Amino acid sequence: MDRRQFLRTSITLGAAGMPLNDVGAASPKESKEFVGVLVDTTRCIGCRSCEAACSVTHDNFVPDIKNDNALAKRRDTSDKQWTVVNQFSTSKGEIFVKRQCMHCWQPACVAACLVNAMSKTREGPVTWDGDKCMGCRYCMVSCPFDIPKAEYHSTNPRIMKCSMCYERLQDGKKPACVESCPTDALMFGQKRELMEVARHRVYSHPDKYVHSIYGENEVGGTGWLYLSAVPFDQIGFRTDLGTTPYPEYTREFLISVPLIEFGVPAFLLALNMMTDRRKEVSEDLELNRSGDDNE
Amino acid sequence: MNNTAVAKNEFGRFIDFFIQELKPRGKWLTPFNVISILTILAGLIILYVRFTQGLGSVTNLSQQFPWGFWIGFDVITGVALAGGAYVICFVVVIMRLEKYHSILRVTVLNGFLAYVFYSGALLLDLGRPWHIMNPLIGNSFGYNSVMFLVAWHFFVYTCALFVEFSPAIAEWAKFEKLRKFLSGLTLATVILGFTISMLHQSGLGALFLMAKPKIHPLWYSEYLPLLFFVSSIYAGLSMIIFEGTISHKIFNNLIGEKTHHSHDEIVLGLAKGAAVTMFVYYFFQAFILLHDGERWKLINGFWGFWYLLEIVGFVLIPCFLYAYGVRNRKFAVIKVAAILTVLGIILNRLNVTLIAFNWYAVDRYYPSWQEIVVTLMVVFIEIWVFRWFVTRMPVFSRN
Repeated sequence: MDRRQFLRTSITLGAAGMPLNDVGAASPKESKEFVGVLVDTTRCIGCRSCEAACSVTHDNFVPDIKNDNALAKRRDTSDKQWTVVNQFSTSKGEIFVKRQCMHCWQPACVAACLVNAMSKTREGPVTWDGDKCMGCRYCMVSCPFDIPKAEYHSTNPRIMKCSMCYERLQDGKKPACVESCPTDALMFGQKRELMEVARHRVYSHPDKYVHSIYGENEVGGTGWLYLSAVPFDQIGFRTDLGTTPYPEYTREFLISVPLIEFGVPAFLLALNMMTDRRKEVSEDLELNRSGDDNE
Repeated sequence: MNNTAVAKNEFGRFIDFFIQELKPRGKWLTPFNVISILTILAGLIILYVRFTQGLGSVTNLSQQFPWGFWIGFDVITGVALAGGAYVICFVVVIMRLEKYHSILRVTVLNGFLAYVFYSGALLLDLGRPWHIMNPLIGNSFGYNSVMFLVAWHFFVYTCALFVEFSPAIAEWAKFEKLRKFLSGLTLATVILGFTISMLHQSGLGALFLMAKPKIHPLWYSEYLPLLFFVSSIYAGLSMIIFEGTISHKIFNNLIGEKTHHSHDEIVLGLAKGAAVTMFVYYFFQAFILLHDGERWKLINGFWGFWYLLEIVGFVLIPCFLYAYGVRNRKFAVIKVAAILTVLGIILNRLNVTLIAFNWYAVDRYYPSWQEIVVTLMVVFIEIWVFRWFVTRMPVFSRN
């Protein structure tokens, strides 16, 4: 290989690797004061005011909470409703559980998004930006709680999920669901404060609550926290999600990218130079020829 | 004449030549053409509905299964099967093994078209495809996303494959100076292409690392990227054997006598490579299964047997068939092994993306007939374009 070829090769390779070197690593420790909501399922009466308030605020489908008898069957949040309440028959009676985006500390959907359409705001809510999203739905694949929902029957589909009423928070208001709750089952605040309240309730009524707070450590900690009278797997929660923040699962792979991008080309170039036998062949030829001359 | 005039003249000549070359040759009312044209028309109608009424109108996608057949088969499987291009480029350009030179161009062309059409199929699946440029032009870089890496690498690799193939185009258009310049870029693009192939083939596996609670544990492991990378090597090699067999029947008149002769030796070499890589892959799978004591217990019931079927029936058996075929120079056995391997890759990728994904779901996902017709449409268009290239450009033999 001549020098020009070498330079051309190195420059092409270097330029191609450039945009991918910056792999940010999120700190595993919770350092900011993110806000969240504490859900005390022992206080919820299943009135579904939160469902209606949420849909009114975000211009989604408003359920007829008095007459639609929706509690009869198990529902999931959908592209039409960002939050739903389900009813569970347990050993401690009927328990109602509100579900919505958990607003993870280190959200899988945010790590998944290749255009930063999903983002973790400074205040804590995880929000979606339609001007950036290209609709690849990788956030839906990644979310351990199956929260982001796509509008499959729209030509301009949005990714629909609870935003913790980010706009309302900026106006100094509470999320619509929290404000609409008639029984104080929902409590809005900073996670540190909410954890103290939650622990206080568990300690002062050890017979009323199970001794754990869902969301304290699940998937690395979530903004929404749950208290329950029965083990969480009996009221529709997955308890096998682990305590590792989900972005951690792809971190090692992403860190290996710049290493491979710089290491492998050098290795390949070396292999290519090693296998270059042109010089040897011509030397051999010359040797043979000079041998012929001597004879 | 000054330079501009020369360039103008040359360009005019090229345009006339290009239009001439676009015209069909020979009789075109063959059974393949009729079937493919009807399928393509049907596919276009379905795509019209898809873009006017949304993805839900033609696909069976659901909130639980956000990725369906178009991603699981067209993109994830299609890209794995196109792995032959980077393997052969490595062998011929970097390791300088001249034996495989005669299949270099056709393999690169196959790879290029596969990337254009199969990763292009991604566009059909995007909900908001008009934002496709967002990750590329830089108004919004999601550095922490594996998808960001895959998107960039798809794009760059497709360009690299085009540059690798471009000398054939320049030769066809009789641009001698350009051909020399483009040939000079080959080594750089091959090195770049191999590196980013390594990363995006494994990246496709890494996409599913965050879907940990959704994929059946027999198909999920932290080594998914490694497994996807290794399997793309033998997937590509098997696909070359498989496509080569068909090409040699159909484009017999285009392939020179000498190439015919050495083709047997090439197939044996490719089969050898596939056998070894498949054994490595099998070893990795076995190691992952045995390393973690908990996994053993999963080998029971439907999912355990389904897993064993994939690993034994479509990895270990074709691996041995390859070895047997090479040892005894039995080409029929090698062909069977190649077909089994390709089926095994399809099975594996569909398992990770669709079948063992949300394996506990009550409402399973099955592709709608429209999703299958559009997939066939993509395959047929690719074959049409491939046929156009090989019948006009020096792909099988060099001038």
